[in-house]
Amino acid sequence: MTLSDSDSPGARPDGAPSALSRYRAMQLCRRFEETVHERFHSDEGVPGPLHLAIGQEAVAVGACHDLRPTDVITSTHRGHHHCLAKGARPDRMMAELLGRRTGYSHGRGGSMHVAIPEIGLLGTNGIVGGGIPIATGAAYGLQVQERDDVVICFFGEGASAEGVFHEALNLAALWKLPIVFLCENNQYVELAAQDLHVAGEIWKRGAGYDVPGVHVDGNDIDAVTAAVDAAVARARAGEGPTLIEALTFRWFGHYAGDKAAFRTDEEVETGRAGDPVARARQALDPAEVAAADAAVEAEIAAALEFALASPISGADVLYLDHQATA
Amino acid sequence: MSTETAVKATKYWQGISQALVEEMERDERVVLVGEDVGRAGGPYGLTRGLQDRFGDTRVRDTPISEAVLMGLGVGGGAVGLRPIVEVMFFDFAMLMMDQIVNQAAKYRYFTAGHALPLTIRAMCGAGGHNGAQHSQNIEAWFCAVPGLKVVMPSNARDAKGLLKSAVRDDDPVLVIETLGLLRDKFDVPQVDDLLIPIGVADVRRAGDDVTVVATGRMVDRAVAAAETLAEEGISVEVIDPRTIAPLDTDTILGSVARTGRLVVAQEALAPCSVGSEICALAVEQCFAELKAAPVRVTPPFVNVPTPLPLVEARVPQADTIADAVRAQF
Repeated sequence: MTLSDSDSPGARPDGAPSALSRYRAMQLCRRFEETVHERFHSDEGVPGPLHLAIGQEAVAVGACHDLRPTDVITSTHRGHHHCLAKGARPDRMMAELLGRRTGYSHGRGGSMHVAIPEIGLLGTNGIVGGGIPIATGAAYGLQVQERDDVVICFFGEGASAEGVFHEALNLAALWKLPIVFLCENNQYVELAAQDLHVAGEIWKRGAGYDVPGVHVDGNDIDAVTAAVDAAVARARAGEGPTLIEALTFRWFGHYAGDKAAFRTDEEVETGRAGDPVARARQALDPAEVAAADAAVEAEIAAALEFALASPISGADVLYLDHQATA
Repeated sequence: MSTETAVKATKYWQGISQALVEEMERDERVVLVGEDVGRAGGPYGLTRGLQDRFGDTRVRDTPISEAVLMGLGVGGGAVGLRPIVEVMFFDFAMLMMDQIVNQAAKYRYFTAGHALPLTIRAMCGAGGHNGAQHSQNIEAWFCAVPGLKVVMPSNARDAKGLLKSAVRDDDPVLVIETLGLLRDKFDVPQVDDLLIPIGVADVRRAGDDVTVVATGRMVDRAVAAAETLAEEGISVEVIDPRTIAPLDTDTILGSVARTGRLVVAQEALAPCSVGSEICALAVEQCFAELKAAPVRVTPPFVNVPTPLPLVEARVPQADTIADAVRAQF
């Protein structure tokens, strides 16, 4: 499947059995980030910060793979996987991250400012917790319009310390909004371990608002899928929000180039052993995996080629789309 | 047959209320969210009856959660609503800043052109005895943000017509209503669909000698000052920008270039204010025509007190504006 010649805003790997399809989506997330990470350290670099979610693929894919295009998500500063899993085109994503004119925001937003409303992606975000009120508002909008679509609000455990998390849980519970609050706990908050940031367990905070709290192994694609599917079904049925905490592991530092001095090599080794992509691969037929991997490689190569062949964004893009033109 | 449009004496708050009803009636995507907007009818009663009329989903009482309240507007607007978010006192917008400035204002920019039809209503100014956390004029903060439009009606006609235009606008518009005008009566044209365009200033009184640019509560005081000064032989042009971002620079600077003198009057404090911006623009673009230094008439740089006599002692009056005009000569 080639994407660069498609006009569709989003594309997802269809036509495959779901376990293989999910694996393929996870592999796409992994390879996409590995590729931009390599570019980051190349001479040309990436013109902006890059927060990698390598190691967390099962959360994004488990949550988004079965969503409809009309369902809505809000993402975070570490959001490439969410975008791809929701159907963003890898080629235009790559172009955005590499500062190219064909990127989703004309190549001027970069990694933390990818927003594609036509596929239900209301943005990665440069503000920790910034997507939480937007997700809540989107859920209210769906409710007013009596749609049976849902919202998945991604946030990290760091954002659970933001006031908006508590405001949103309270309001969503009061109004029975069709939303899933999905805490992607990758065990590190910016440049520190959780002991500086998180009191207690996040999923338990649901109880205080009469919101079901669920904790799940975030490196197990099947477990994430099952937990999110149940929460989504509940939301679609008008029964209100669910809080899910998915425990996973951030393989790299806070941002590309961060040496992650806040943790030990042993910690990293133990954490990486839970590799969700490798786990998913083990359950599949090797021949099918090889074919999926080859397809992903071709897609990533095409995406990179598309981005590099696109013009570098010039000063003309500065003035675009600040306000509607009369 | 008369060509004159009939007018009706209408209180400022009634203008707002009529706009809300008309726009919600016209377009079912329009919703109103805020603290106490529904069951209680708002702290000043201007949303009374709306919930009965449009239902408790479209007129929705929120918990006291300002940041998420503004998120209802951003997220709701992104999925197809045309939300009106009531901030209540403008000061409370400080609890919503991320959603307004980092999220709403940048939505079109990040999405490369998608609309965010969000209207934000906030009540500003020292019109009651509400104290220093319920009376501030922080409009300039928002005028410095690309992607936001900011309007500031000074009478019931504009309160109605600008709000209706804001609801129909495809970008976030902050409508700053003035608490001190709520119960004042103004002539409002009785037309089917009163729309005041965003971005167009109102020349309230034509004149040749001095341009007075006034906002909010200062507009009628500037007009009163102009009437007094006319008797002294000074011809004052009074301009109400109505939209303070983006400013109607053609009208404002065209007037300054013609009169050569500029006085700006506002309820906001002077530093880094809309008045400062207008003075700076005049100096930058009308320097050769200026006959005197542009001047700002504002409250002194102190907090808003609570007792009403102190409140009024702090805010410029018509005489204050008239004195500033006389000093131009």
